[in-house]
Amino acid sequence: MREITASGQTVEEAVQSALEQLDTTRDQVDISIIDEGKKGILGLFGSKPAIVKAVVLKNQIEETKAFIQEVIKNMNVDVNIKTTVIDNHVTYELNGEKIAKLIGKRGQTLNALQYLVQLVLNKDGKQYYSVTLDAEGYRGRRKETLEALAKKMAEKAVRINKKVSLEPMPAFERKIIHSALQGRNDISTYSDGVEPHRHIVIKP
Amino acid sequence: MKALIESIVKPLVDHPEDVHVREKEEDTKVVYHLTVHQNDVGKVIGKNGRIAKAIRTVVYAAKSDSTKRIYLDIM
Repeated sequence: MREITASGQTVEEAVQSALEQLDTTRDQVDISIIDEGKKGILGLFGSKPAIVKAVVLKNQIEETKAFIQEVIKNMNVDVNIKTTVIDNHVTYELNGEKIAKLIGKRGQTLNALQYLVQLVLNKDGKQYYSVTLDAEGYRGRRKETLEALAKKMAEKAVRINKKVSLEPMPAFERKIIHSALQGRNDISTYSDGVEPHRHIVIKP
Repeated sequence: MKALIESIVKPLVDHPEDVHVREKEEDTKVVYHLTVHQNDVGKVIGKNGRIAKAIRTVVYAAKSDSTKRIYLDIM
C-alpha cells in the first residue's frame, strides 16, 4: 500500500502537496491529519507547518478486474474486459473468442464466476458494490429468452388452470420473470423452495 | 489447472500464503487437493457450500483437452 506524509502552510496545502506527489485525486486516498500546524505570530515566530498522512486506497474495481483477467487467462481463454460503473453497480463485459467456455450450460459458469467476482470485489473494501458479469451480450439474450419463457408458461398455466413450476434459477433471473409477468391480472407469480433450488411458480 | 485454482482462491482468503494445491493423478481422474489457513476455511466453502460449488463449477469448466475427470477436494 502506498502512503506518504506531506507538509504545508495549511492542512489544505499539505493535502494538495500529498496528492501531487502521489499523482492521484482526493477520492483515491485516505487522509489523516498528524499536525494542524500553527500560524505563529505575524506568520514569523513559532509557526509550525501542517502535516498530513495520505494513504492510497486500493481500487476495488481495478483490482477485481485484474482478478477476472487472471482467472480467465488461467482457463486458457482470451478476453477483453470493459468496466462500467453506475452508482454502486459494476458491470464487467467480457468479449473474445471461446467465450462459450465461460458461459457454460444455461450460464452456470458465468454465474459462478460472477458470484466469485462479487466476493472478491467486496472482500475488504469500504464501499459495497453489486456486480454483473456479462459475456458477449449473454445477459441481454438470456433476458429475452426468459421473457419468452415467462409468457409461454403463463399461457400454459391459464390453459390447464394449474400451477406451473419453472426450473431453479438465480435471484436476478427470477426477477426478470417476475417483472415480465407483473402486469398480468389473470396469473400471479411467486418463488418457492430454498436456494439454490429456489424456483418460480406461476399460479392462474 | 493448479494456477487457476490458486488464482481463484488466493484473493478470497486472508492468508494467501497458506493456500496450497496438491495434484494427484490417478488412473481415471486427477485430484486437486486444496488446503487453506484454518481461519479461511469458511471463506472457501461458504454458506451451504455456495463458494465451494462456484469454485468447482469454474474449475470443471476450464478442463479442456485432458480426457481425465477432474476432482477438486477442499481440505
